[in-house]
Amino acid sequence: MSGTLTLNKITAQRGISVGEAAKKIADLGWNPSYVQEAMTFPTDYKITKAPKDPMKQVLRSYFPMQEEKDNRVYGALDAALRGDMFRNVEPRWVEWMKLFLAIIPFPEISAARSMAMVGRLAPGEDLRTGFTMQMVDEFRHSTIQMNLKKWYMENYIDPAGFDITEEAFGKCYATTIGRQFGEGFITGDAITSANIYLTVVAETAFTNTLFVAMPSEAARNGDYALPTVFLSVQSDESRHIGNGHSMLMSMLKEPDNHLLIERDLRYAFWQNHAIVDAAIGTFIEYGTTNRDKNKESYAEMWHRWIFEDYYRTYMLPLEKYGIKIHHDDVQTAWKRLTEKHYVHRVAQFFAVGWPVNFWRIEAQTDKDFEWFEHKYPGWYAQFGEFWKWYEKLSHRGQTNILFNSDVGYVYPHRCWSCLVPCLIREDIVTDEIDGQLYTFAHELDRWTVAQAFAGEYEGRPTPAMGRFSGRREWESCYDGWDLADAIKDLGFVRTDGRTLVPQPHLRFDEKEMWTLDDLRGHTLKSPLMALRAMSPADREAHLAEYRKGFTINPCN
Amino acid sequence: MTAVPIVSVGSGAAGAAVFPDSDSRRYRYFEPRSKRATHYEDVTVDVQPDPERYLLQDWIISFPNGKGAYTKDNTAALSSNWHAFRAPDQEWERTHYQRQSKIEGMVQSVIANGRKSGAPKAFNKAWVKILQNHLGAWKHVEFGLGTSLMQAQRYGYTQMINNATLTNSSYKLRLAQDITLYLAEIGMDIPGFDDTAGKRTWLEDKGWQGTREAVESIMGSADYLEQYFATNIVFEPLVGELFRSGFLMQVASSNGDFITPSVISAAEADYERNLANTIDLLHLLVTDNQHAAHNKNLFQGWVNKHVALANKAAVGLQPIWSQPHSKPVQYADARAQSVERIKKILGELGLVLPKE
Repeated sequence: MSGTLTLNKITAQRGISVGEAAKKIADLGWNPSYVQEAMTFPTDYKITKAPKDPMKQVLRSYFPMQEEKDNRVYGALDAALRGDMFRNVEPRWVEWMKLFLAIIPFPEISAARSMAMVGRLAPGEDLRTGFTMQMVDEFRHSTIQMNLKKWYMENYIDPAGFDITEEAFGKCYATTIGRQFGEGFITGDAITSANIYLTVVAETAFTNTLFVAMPSEAARNGDYALPTVFLSVQSDESRHIGNGHSMLMSMLKEPDNHLLIERDLRYAFWQNHAIVDAAIGTFIEYGTTNRDKNKESYAEMWHRWIFEDYYRTYMLPLEKYGIKIHHDDVQTAWKRLTEKHYVHRVAQFFAVGWPVNFWRIEAQTDKDFEWFEHKYPGWYAQFGEFWKWYEKLSHRGQTNILFNSDVGYVYPHRCWSCLVPCLIREDIVTDEIDGQLYTFAHELDRWTVAQAFAGEYEGRPTPAMGRFSGRREWESCYDGWDLADAIKDLGFVRTDGRTLVPQPHLRFDEKEMWTLDDLRGHTLKSPLMALRAMSPADREAHLAEYRKGFTINPCN
Repeated sequence: MTAVPIVSVGSGAAGAAVFPDSDSRRYRYFEPRSKRATHYEDVTVDVQPDPERYLLQDWIISFPNGKGAYTKDNTAALSSNWHAFRAPDQEWERTHYQRQSKIEGMVQSVIANGRKSGAPKAFNKAWVKILQNHLGAWKHVEFGLGTSLMQAQRYGYTQMINNATLTNSSYKLRLAQDITLYLAEIGMDIPGFDDTAGKRTWLEDKGWQGTREAVESIMGSADYLEQYFATNIVFEPLVGELFRSGFLMQVASSNGDFITPSVISAAEADYERNLANTIDLLHLLVTDNQHAAHNKNLFQGWVNKHVALANKAAVGLQPIWSQPHSKPVQYADARAQSVERIKKILGELGLVLPKE
């Protein structure tokens, strides 16, 4: 008797290899000859080369793998409850999850829908399985995130805000940014939206900050549920990145596509930076109570993941295919995050607008100030007094910070492109498009609306490109309204009919909680409508003053 | 650098303090179908918003024709309340993966055990040809319907409609792949088995062209609801169940094949769920207090169109019933059963089966 006897030798069966299985499955498609499929989601791109599926996974192994991932997630949620997670969780953190989890399920399910758009455009069937799995993945992400939110609502000290989540998503002055993100996946040119904006940029670059950096911060704040769910979500992203890259490689083969790829990479990178960095940067830097100076700041993580990983190893190699990469845009985004304090200005804006949101924002304290100054030199001089004001005005009986002229804050104009306000004041740009005046946070935002989202790009017709539409400036929806009436209309009132859902503090005490009556008597104004109503001379003077910025008065 | 320290209650747990809405532990922005929202409703309802629920600013990006991300005119059907539909199968991600994974486990066990016992070698020779050519062709039917539904799930006006369509697509595409891999695996045990023959049959065999035309007609529709309707209300009973239950499931065992019925059986259970979802949605539309007559008229038109195609498909497949060595079922009996089935389905919706 020679060799070793193993069970495997007795039970082993000849099977087909993964590569062969993927090849056979890719052969399921055919070119219809009786009725052609309608190209209902048009694109200006030409795709003639069939993209390859780099992952070669089939549904037979996919479904059990995902079920196993789910089992781990739901087991961990049960364990978190048994371990009394919520007794030790930091409310400052969970409050920001009311905003984050109101936003994210919509972009996720939009990504599922967008697979229909790319699925039909890609010639051949090789990548269809990849798109199918991504479709089901995104369905997973959307509903698993809704489940997490429900779980917070059921177990966290203050469920208000979670309990109105999807309604709030459609109405809030902050979630409008997330809607821009999600609608960007499913509207307009099918390749621009579902491939470049969603997969090549959002998923490949920015899910690292969304789904990896944020969970780390959650864990530092006693929240073990978010990392469990989101790292599981992130584990699906590598397949999506593969889908996007494969499709991109296929499009690169057509020289006619190069101009459009350059346009879309530029738009998508800039808008992802403007939106994702605004939101996730704020959650990570302002939602945490952990001020360990050895941990990376958001800017440092951005440098590692977006600058080093994405820009250097993904974007730059595209140059060898003849794609012009706008290096300046990446450098500008980096400078906005570091020298121009982009995230801090966003957090300040969210805090100023607390009466029209649906979560609690707590003031930053001494411990926070020290950390910010350490990580972002010069921070205290710009933001320290503001946060002291914020704490002072968090008590009922004070004039709320949005309307308190003692503070010195000047309410910003809204960017018509990314929908984040024009917070870096010196960069504000205006333009007239089709006879209407608009404000933009940066020249690239103006370019996005005026040149990228248009029927022609650099002399080339682009009939499939989308348009920015709707009542994009949130403030104009409530121009002339009393603040209390607007809050009531938004539905951000608790079920007693008077206490607000949002609060500028974490004091879980009815006596401390602001009501509609505390806010009545202030009129909301649309900065854009006011600007449009000005004479040209007044407008220039106003913009010159705006670009100078403002100074927060000392808080004594 | 000074600021006033902030004091909290020292716990983030439910019940640690009492204040307005400290006990508001249910989503309160939608009306559940029953007294209490189901888990499915909680994770599904209103995730896809619209200007009626609750887009204050309307859609903020549009297609070049001015339409927003989702519009009601993606189907010719009308509804006074698209938001009313809830899928009876209550599927969300966890239940979907559990079910799909169980099916994959079952299918793989059956195939592995069957092969281990040498079962494919004992299949009747005529039956082997049927599997090779006709089951091989059928996988393209499932794939075509799956990709068609994958397209359809982009268009519905609510999350509930689109998610039900998405899971339907996922089930179809799983079955297409299951059949593909099943045939490739038994092909390794059966000398001379050609697993590329199925596609040739699908594309070239005269008997299959009616089926291909019916499937391509569904794939080619630009109305998502017509795609969903034609798949589950017409094609499945008249062609899908006819071939799967009325032929494969009943004929296989008497020709020495106990594996194929197990592989196929999951599809019949899938269909029961998808049919329930479709009927519920369509029932809302044919009883709509404003648009019932319009919808019934529209649906009857879809019935007429797709039944004609499905009948042609079924007639084309008829000769297959004569090909096995053992013939425990007659085509006429299977056909009568599928006609009875569609009559019942249409009866639920107040629609009629056109005369042949």
